[in-house]
Amino acid sequence: MKWLKSFGAFWYDFVIGDDWRLALGVVIALAVTCLVTATSSMAAWWIVPVAVLILLPASLLRAVRR
Amino acid sequence: MTGAAVALFVSVFLACVVEAVEAVTIVLAAGSVRKDWRSAMIGVAGGLIVLAVIIAALGPALTVIPLRWLRLMVGGLLLIFGLQWLRKAILRASGHKALHDEAAIFAEEYASAQAAGRTSRGIVSDWYAFTLSFKGVLLEGLEVAFIALTFGSNQHDIPLAAIAAVAAVVIVSALGFAIRGPIVRAPENAMKFVVGILLTTFGVFWGAEGAGADWPGADAALLVVAPLVALFALGLVVVLKRAGRTSRSATAEKATVAS
Repeated sequence: MKWLKSFGAFWYDFVIGDDWRLALGVVIALAVTCLVTATSSMAAWWIVPVAVLILLPASLLRAVRR
Repeated sequence: MTGAAVALFVSVFLACVVEAVEAVTIVLAAGSVRKDWRSAMIGVAGGLIVLAVIIAALGPALTVIPLRWLRLMVGGLLLIFGLQWLRKAILRASGHKALHDEAAIFAEEYASAQAAGRTSRGIVSDWYAFTLSFKGVLLEGLEVAFIALTFGSNQHDIPLAAIAAVAAVVIVSALGFAIRGPIVRAPENAMKFVVGILLTTFGVFWGAEGAGADWPGADAALLVVAPLVALFALGLVVVLKRAGRTSRSATAEKATVAS
Protein backbone atom coordinates (compact mmCIF):
# COMPACT_ATOMS: atom_id res chain seq x y z
CA MET A 1 0.00 0.00 0.00
CA LYS A 2 2.83 2.39 0.94
CA TRP A 3 4.62 1.48 -2.29
CA LEU A 4 1.43 2.14 -4.31
CA LYS A 5 1.03 5.50 -2.60
CA SER A 6 4.56 6.62 -3.36
CA PHE A 7 4.22 5.29 -6.93
CA GLY A 8 1.07 7.41 -7.37
CA ALA A 9 2.75 10.41 -5.74
CA PHE A 10 5.70 10.08 -8.12
CA TRP A 11 3.50 10.08 -11.23
CA TYR A 12 1.38 12.95 -9.88
CA ASP A 13 4.52 14.99 -9.29
CA PHE A 14 6.00 13.93 -12.66
CA VAL A 15 2.94 14.80 -14.77
CA ILE A 16 0.99 17.41 -12.80
CA GLY A 17 3.81 19.15 -10.92
CA ASP A 18 3.45 22.14 -8.60
CA ASP A 19 0.15 23.56 -9.90
CA TRP A 20 -2.66 21.17 -10.81
CA ARG A 21 -4.69 24.05 -12.19
CA LEU A 22 -2.25 24.39 -15.10
CA ALA A 23 -2.79 20.74 -16.04
CA LEU A 24 -6.57 21.05 -15.71
CA GLY A 25 -6.55 24.25 -17.79
CA VAL A 26 -4.60 22.52 -20.58
CA VAL A 27 -7.03 19.56 -20.61
CA ILE A 28 -10.03 21.94 -20.77
CA ALA A 29 -8.43 24.01 -23.58
CA LEU A 30 -7.76 20.87 -25.65
CA ALA A 31 -11.27 19.53 -24.98
CA VAL A 32 -12.81 22.86 -26.11
CA THR A 33 -10.64 22.78 -29.26
CA CYS A 34 -11.82 19.21 -29.98
CA LEU A 35 -15.45 20.28 -29.47
CA VAL A 36 -15.15 23.34 -31.72
CA THR A 37 -13.43 21.45 -34.55
CA ALA A 38 -15.94 18.59 -34.31
CA THR A 39 -19.09 20.73 -34.27
CA SER A 40 -18.30 23.78 -36.39
CA SER A 41 -16.17 25.05 -39.24
CA MET A 42 -14.78 27.87 -37.09
CA ALA A 43 -10.97 28.18 -36.81
CA ALA A 44 -9.89 26.68 -33.48
CA TRP A 45 -6.07 27.01 -33.51
CA TRP A 46 -6.21 30.12 -31.28
CA ILE A 47 -7.92 28.42 -28.31
CA VAL A 48 -4.82 26.75 -26.84
CA PRO A 49 -2.57 29.87 -27.19
CA VAL A 50 -5.27 31.98 -25.49
CA ALA A 51 -5.46 29.40 -22.69
CA VAL A 52 -1.67 29.76 -22.21
CA LEU A 53 -2.04 33.56 -22.06
CA ILE A 54 -4.50 33.12 -19.19
CA LEU A 55 -3.13 30.06 -17.36
CA LEU A 56 0.54 31.03 -17.01
CA PRO A 57 0.09 34.53 -15.51
CA ALA A 58 -2.68 33.22 -13.22
CA SER A 59 -0.41 30.44 -11.92
CA LEU A 60 2.48 32.87 -11.42
CA LEU A 61 0.23 35.30 -9.57
CA ARG A 62 -0.87 32.53 -7.19
CA ALA A 63 2.76 31.51 -6.60
CA VAL A 64 3.91 35.08 -5.91
CA ARG A 65 1.01 35.82 -3.54
CA ARG A 66 1.68 32.68 -1.50
CA MET B 1 19.25 18.86 -41.93
CA THR B 2 15.81 20.51 -42.24
CA GLY B 3 14.55 23.25 -39.88
CA ALA B 4 12.22 20.79 -38.12
CA ALA B 5 15.09 18.34 -37.61
CA VAL B 6 17.30 21.09 -36.16
CA ALA B 7 14.46 22.16 -33.82
CA LEU B 8 13.96 18.52 -32.78
CA PHE B 9 17.69 18.00 -32.11
CA VAL B 10 18.14 21.27 -30.18
CA SER B 11 14.98 20.76 -28.07
CA VAL B 12 15.84 17.19 -27.07
CA PHE B 13 19.54 17.99 -26.55
CA LEU B 14 18.91 20.97 -24.25
CA ALA B 15 16.20 19.21 -22.23
CA CYS B 16 18.44 16.18 -21.82
CA VAL B 17 21.46 18.30 -20.79
CA VAL B 18 19.39 19.83 -17.97
CA GLU B 19 18.20 16.43 -16.72
CA ALA B 20 21.64 14.84 -17.13
CA VAL B 21 23.29 17.59 -15.06
CA GLU B 22 20.88 16.79 -12.22
CA ALA B 23 21.45 13.03 -12.46
CA VAL B 24 25.26 13.36 -12.65
CA THR B 25 25.25 15.67 -9.59
CA ILE B 26 23.44 12.99 -7.55
CA VAL B 27 25.68 10.13 -8.76
CA LEU B 28 28.85 12.13 -8.06
CA ALA B 29 27.64 12.95 -4.55
CA ALA B 30 26.80 9.27 -3.94
CA GLY B 31 30.12 7.94 -5.24
CA SER B 32 32.52 10.51 -3.82
CA VAL B 33 31.08 10.80 -0.31
CA ARG B 34 30.51 7.12 0.28
CA LYS B 35 33.87 6.30 -1.30
CA ASP B 36 32.21 3.33 -2.96
CA TRP B 37 32.11 4.02 -6.68
CA ARG B 38 31.33 0.36 -7.40
CA SER B 39 27.96 0.55 -5.56
CA ALA B 40 27.16 3.93 -7.15
CA MET B 41 27.96 2.54 -10.62
CA ILE B 42 25.81 -0.57 -10.00
CA GLY B 43 23.03 1.91 -9.15
CA VAL B 44 23.64 3.76 -12.43
CA ALA B 45 23.61 0.48 -14.38
CA GLY B 46 20.42 -0.65 -12.59
CA GLY B 47 18.68 2.67 -13.36
CA LEU B 48 19.75 2.47 -17.03
CA ILE B 49 18.47 -1.12 -17.35
CA VAL B 50 15.03 -0.20 -15.92
CA LEU B 51 14.95 2.83 -18.24
CA ALA B 52 15.84 0.67 -21.24
CA VAL B 53 12.97 -1.71 -20.40
CA ILE B 54 10.52 1.22 -20.13
CA ILE B 55 11.75 2.71 -23.45
CA ALA B 56 11.60 -0.70 -25.17
CA ALA B 57 7.98 -1.10 -24.02
CA LEU B 58 6.89 2.49 -24.65
CA GLY B 59 8.71 3.19 -27.94
CA PRO B 60 6.93 0.65 -30.17
CA ALA B 61 3.60 1.39 -28.43
CA LEU B 62 3.89 5.06 -29.42
CA THR B 63 4.39 4.21 -33.09
CA VAL B 64 1.12 2.21 -33.13
CA ILE B 65 -1.05 5.12 -31.91
CA PRO B 66 -2.61 7.15 -34.81
CA LEU B 67 -0.69 10.41 -35.33
CA ARG B 68 -3.65 12.66 -34.47
CA TRP B 69 -4.23 10.99 -31.08
CA LEU B 70 -0.50 10.86 -30.42
CA ARG B 71 -0.21 14.61 -31.06
CA LEU B 72 -3.21 15.35 -28.84
CA MET B 73 -1.85 13.25 -25.97
CA VAL B 74 1.79 14.25 -26.36
CA GLY B 75 0.94 17.88 -27.10
CA GLY B 76 -1.14 18.04 -23.91
CA LEU B 77 1.61 16.48 -21.80
CA LEU B 78 4.35 18.63 -23.35
CA LEU B 79 2.25 21.74 -22.76
CA ILE B 80 1.73 20.80 -19.10
CA PHE B 81 5.49 20.10 -18.71
CA GLY B 82 6.41 23.24 -20.62
CA LEU B 83 4.15 25.48 -18.54
CA GLN B 84 5.52 23.97 -15.31
CA TRP B 85 9.12 24.53 -16.47
CA LEU B 86 8.34 28.07 -17.65
CA ARG B 87 6.53 28.86 -14.41
CA LYS B 88 9.58 27.84 -12.35
CA ALA B 89 12.02 29.56 -14.72
CA ILE B 90 10.02 32.82 -14.65
CA LEU B 91 9.76 32.73 -10.84
CA ARG B 92 13.54 32.16 -10.62
CA ALA B 93 14.45 34.81 -13.20
CA SER B 94 12.24 37.38 -11.47
CA GLY B 95 13.70 36.66 -8.02
CA HIS B 96 10.58 35.04 -6.53
CA LYS B 97 12.21 31.61 -6.23
CA ALA B 98 15.80 30.67 -5.40
CA LEU B 99 17.93 29.87 -8.47
CA HIS B 100 18.56 26.19 -9.13
CA ASP B 101 22.00 25.75 -7.62
CA GLU B 102 23.84 22.51 -8.45
CA ALA B 103 26.57 23.37 -5.91
CA ALA B 104 23.96 23.66 -3.13
CA ILE B 105 22.24 20.44 -4.24
CA PHE B 106 25.62 18.66 -4.32
CA ALA B 107 26.40 19.95 -0.79
CA GLU B 108 22.95 18.82 0.44
CA GLU B 109 23.31 15.33 -1.05
CA TYR B 110 26.89 15.23 0.28
CA ALA B 111 25.72 15.96 3.85
CA SER B 112 22.90 13.35 3.74
CA ALA B 113 25.25 10.76 2.23
CA GLN B 114 27.81 11.39 4.97
CA ALA B 115 25.19 10.98 7.71
CA ALA B 116 23.67 7.73 6.39
CA GLY B 117 24.75 4.35 7.76
CA ARG B 118 26.35 1.62 5.65
CA THR B 119 24.59 -1.68 4.88
CA SER B 120 25.40 -4.24 2.20
CA ARG B 121 22.96 -6.37 0.21
CA GLY B 122 24.01 -9.03 -2.31
CA ILE B 123 26.65 -7.70 -4.72
CA VAL B 124 26.06 -4.13 -3.49
CA SER B 125 28.49 -3.26 -0.69
CA ASP B 126 26.89 0.15 0.06
CA TRP B 127 23.11 0.13 -0.30
CA TYR B 128 22.79 3.91 0.26
CA ALA B 129 25.19 4.79 -2.61
CA PHE B 130 23.35 2.27 -4.83
CA THR B 131 19.81 3.56 -4.15
CA LEU B 132 20.85 7.22 -4.42
CA SER B 133 22.43 6.64 -7.85
CA PHE B 134 19.64 4.32 -9.00
CA LYS B 135 16.89 6.81 -8.13
CA GLY B 136 18.81 9.77 -9.60
CA VAL B 137 19.37 8.02 -12.93
CA LEU B 138 15.86 6.54 -13.16
CA LEU B 139 13.89 9.65 -12.20
CA GLU B 140 15.87 12.13 -14.30
CA GLY B 141 16.19 9.55 -17.09
CA LEU B 142 12.41 9.11 -17.27
CA GLU B 143 12.04 12.74 -18.28
CA VAL B 144 14.84 12.38 -20.84
CA ALA B 145 13.17 9.26 -22.26
CA PHE B 146 9.73 10.88 -22.37
CA ILE B 147 10.97 14.00 -24.14
CA ALA B 148 13.13 12.08 -26.64
CA LEU B 149 10.41 9.51 -27.45
CA THR B 150 7.55 11.98 -27.78
CA PHE B 151 9.48 14.53 -29.83
CA GLY B 152 10.98 11.78 -31.97
CA SER B 153 7.71 9.95 -32.64
CA ASN B 154 5.86 13.18 -33.46
CA GLN B 155 8.50 14.19 -36.00
CA HIS B 156 8.85 10.59 -37.26
CA ASP B 157 12.53 10.68 -36.32
CA ILE B 158 13.12 8.73 -33.10
CA PRO B 159 16.76 7.94 -34.13
CA LEU B 160 17.64 11.66 -34.34
CA ALA B 161 15.96 12.32 -30.98
CA ALA B 162 17.84 9.36 -29.49
CA ILE B 163 21.16 10.68 -30.87
CA ALA B 164 20.46 14.11 -29.30
CA ALA B 165 19.57 12.51 -25.95
CA VAL B 166 22.60 10.19 -25.90
CA ALA B 167 24.94 13.03 -26.98
CA ALA B 168 23.67 15.21 -24.12
CA VAL B 169 24.03 12.44 -21.53
CA VAL B 170 27.53 11.43 -22.74
CA ILE B 171 28.85 15.03 -22.81
CA VAL B 172 27.46 15.90 -19.36
CA SER B 173 28.65 12.59 -17.82
CA ALA B 174 32.15 13.04 -19.28
CA LEU B 175 32.32 16.61 -17.96
CA GLY B 176 31.00 15.63 -14.54
CA PHE B 177 33.42 12.75 -14.09
CA ALA B 178 36.33 14.79 -15.46
CA ILE B 179 35.89 17.47 -12.81
CA ARG B 180 34.54 15.04 -10.16
CA GLY B 181 32.17 17.72 -8.89
CA PRO B 182 28.90 19.52 -9.61
CA ILE B 183 28.73 21.14 -13.06
CA VAL B 184 28.16 24.57 -11.53
CA ARG B 185 29.18 26.50 -14.63
CA ALA B 186 26.39 25.08 -16.77
CA PRO B 187 23.87 27.90 -17.33
CA GLU B 188 21.16 25.58 -16.03
CA ASN B 189 18.54 28.21 -15.22
CA ALA B 190 18.88 29.82 -18.66
CA MET B 191 18.69 26.38 -20.30
CA LYS B 192 15.55 25.55 -18.31
CA PHE B 193 14.00 28.79 -19.53
CA VAL B 194 14.76 27.90 -23.17
CA VAL B 195 13.53 24.32 -22.74
CA GLY B 196 10.32 25.61 -21.12
CA ILE B 197 9.75 27.83 -24.16
CA LEU B 198 10.41 24.93 -26.57
CA LEU B 199 8.19 22.45 -24.71
CA THR B 200 5.38 25.02 -24.48
CA THR B 201 5.71 25.90 -28.18
CA PHE B 202 5.56 22.29 -29.36
CA GLY B 203 2.84 21.53 -26.80
CA VAL B 204 0.65 24.38 -28.09
CA PHE B 205 1.26 23.39 -31.71
CA TRP B 206 0.83 19.62 -31.49
CA GLY B 207 -1.94 19.82 -28.88
CA ALA B 208 -4.10 22.09 -31.04
CA GLU B 209 -3.30 20.06 -34.18
CA GLY B 210 -4.15 16.81 -32.39
CA ALA B 211 -7.43 18.35 -31.25
CA GLY B 212 -8.31 18.87 -34.92
CA ALA B 213 -7.29 22.51 -35.44
CA ASP B 214 -5.45 23.65 -38.58
CA TRP B 215 -2.66 26.15 -38.02
CA PRO B 216 -2.42 29.01 -40.50
CA GLY B 217 0.75 28.33 -42.48
CA ALA B 218 0.92 24.72 -41.18
CA ASP B 219 4.40 23.89 -39.74
CA ALA B 220 5.62 27.46 -40.42
CA ALA B 221 3.34 28.58 -37.57
CA LEU B 222 5.97 27.16 -35.19
CA LEU B 223 8.30 29.99 -36.30
CA VAL B 224 5.71 32.48 -35.03
CA VAL B 225 4.56 30.61 -31.92
CA ALA B 226 8.09 30.10 -30.49
CA PRO B 227 9.16 33.79 -30.48
CA LEU B 228 5.73 34.81 -29.15
CA VAL B 229 5.99 32.34 -26.25
CA ALA B 230 9.54 33.62 -25.54
CA LEU B 231 8.42 37.28 -25.62
CA PHE B 232 5.45 36.52 -23.38
CA ALA B 233 7.63 34.68 -20.85
CA LEU B 234 10.25 37.46 -20.83
CA GLY B 235 7.46 40.04 -20.43
CA LEU B 236 6.16 38.14 -17.40
CA VAL B 237 9.69 38.16 -15.90
CA VAL B 238 9.82 41.96 -16.27
CA VAL B 239 6.35 42.41 -14.74
CA LEU B 240 7.13 40.12 -11.79
CA LYS B 241 10.50 41.81 -11.20
CA ARG B 242 8.79 45.23 -11.06
CA ALA B 243 6.05 43.87 -8.79
CA GLY B 244 8.72 42.44 -6.48
CA ARG B 245 10.60 45.76 -6.33
CA THR B 246 7.36 47.70 -5.64
CA SER B 247 6.32 45.39 -2.81
CA ARG B 248 9.84 45.47 -1.29
CA SER B 249 9.97 49.29 -1.32
CA ALA B 250 6.43 49.44 0.16
CA THR B 251 7.57 47.13 2.98
CA ALA B 252 10.68 49.25 3.56
CA GLU B 253 8.57 52.44 3.65
CA LYS B 254 6.20 50.84 6.19
CA ALA B 255 9.16 49.80 8.35
CA THR B 256 10.60 53.36 8.21
CA VAL B 257 7.21 54.89 9.20
CA ALA B 258 6.82 52.38 12.05
CA SER B 259 10.27 53.14 13.44
